[in-house]
Amino acid sequence: MALLPGMQALFGIVGKDFVLTASDTTMARSIVVMKQGEDKSRDLTPTTQMLYSGEAGDTVQFAEYVQRNCRLYGIQNGVSLSPRAAASYVRRELATSLRTRNPYHVSLLIAGVDTKTNTPELYWLDHMASSVKMNFAAQGHAAYFCMSTMDRYWVPDLNIEQAKSLMRKCIEELRVRYIASLTKFTVKIVDKDGIREISL
Amino acid sequence: MARRYDSRTTIFSPEGRLYQVEYAMEAISHAGTTLGILATDGVVLVAEKKSSSKLLEQLASSEKIYQLTDHACCAVAGYTSDANTLVGHSRLEAQKYLYTYGENIPVEQLVQKLCDLKQGYTQYGGLRPFGVSFLYAGHDDDHGFQLYHSDPSGNYSGWKATCIGASASNAQGILKQDYTEDMDLKQAKSLAIKVLNKIMDTTTLGSDKLEFATLHLSSSGKVVYKLYKPEEIEALLKEEGVNNPAGTAAPTAATGAPTTNTVV
Repeated sequence: MALLPGMQALFGIVGKDFVLTASDTTMARSIVVMKQGEDKSRDLTPTTQMLYSGEAGDTVQFAEYVQRNCRLYGIQNGVSLSPRAAASYVRRELATSLRTRNPYHVSLLIAGVDTKTNTPELYWLDHMASSVKMNFAAQGHAAYFCMSTMDRYWVPDLNIEQAKSLMRKCIEELRVRYIASLTKFTVKIVDKDGIREISL
Repeated sequence: MARRYDSRTTIFSPEGRLYQVEYAMEAISHAGTTLGILATDGVVLVAEKKSSSKLLEQLASSEKIYQLTDHACCAVAGYTSDANTLVGHSRLEAQKYLYTYGENIPVEQLVQKLCDLKQGYTQYGGLRPFGVSFLYAGHDDDHGFQLYHSDPSGNYSGWKATCIGASASNAQGILKQDYTEDMDLKQAKSLAIKVLNKIMDTTTLGSDKLEFATLHLSSSGKVVYKLYKPEEIEALLKEEGVNNPAGTAAPTAATGAPTTNTVV
């Protein structure tokens, strides 16, 4: 999608009983911006969203493969995978891919709410098949700029307005200091009732 | 006339029956009685051991009850060798799931995996079905404690209390009368002993003839699998007032013919 792999920004912030996610909507090839308004995510379950970034083609291929398998699990077993189990499964797929001739080069954020306990969870996964559960996270160059912002302002049990405010700060930071112009973001909220797009 | 359709597992008879599967179930009806009871706070599995020669070295291995995972166990009735294969398969499937999803396999899914394997042997390959029935006991976060039964056809169902092996229908009848849904583990254990006592020859009820296991939650919420030692079984039998010290069982069992059966 982008010439520099890090030029796509993904964010996730865990709130009291939800996860707020954001992804930039720019699709670029080399020096040309091909499209704005691309949603860089796929829903794995009704309450778990996966955001992706990385090499063109690999991203969507991998995301849709994982999405279909998670959906199949839900249909076969009558109950959806928990965020933890979904992240475990995705990580396992990345790990197997890593030791092949041409691994999937994707970085991911998996944001979900465990419906059994109503707890929100956020997982950061990369193409080396590492997986970390975090309270707030970013993928791409954006992480270098915004992790410190989130470090400064994140507290447990954020409500929606507080989380949105923090997300705005992160995006503003990129606008001021990051060389690439990432103007539009797709922002979604993931909670026990589902996944829906909101505006900041 | 039915004989013509016996030998191939993978064909129906004209009456629409799978004889090999039925014969497998017939073999199991001669196996040691095995029963399972679901309580509000756990599951009980009790089984009658068939092999009873004094010369048998029975220290390490289990004959009837096996642990499958941290959160599930099973009791078998039928061919021990078939059972070993299936138990091994089950354990592997459970670990494969843990490897992929980082969580314990839901009990019903574990049962389904095994049943899918058993069903395969009734439809293709030309191999005979497994001559084993299983009682599975397990716990998961979705449905709490569960008890399942599966047979050589690959069919399974969930039960509150059930019995397989010899005198199963007899025991099932008693269970139907005496089981109540609000039983706790202590009451379930008591009922299990009571039922076995009624259907087994009383003079042979001793700790050397029984395998006993329970599944329950520890105070910290972890699933605990407990396979009872002989002295613990003796204590249980004593509590129920059906105690027969191991020694007195000998006369009825050792009637000359070797008693190490392949069907247990």
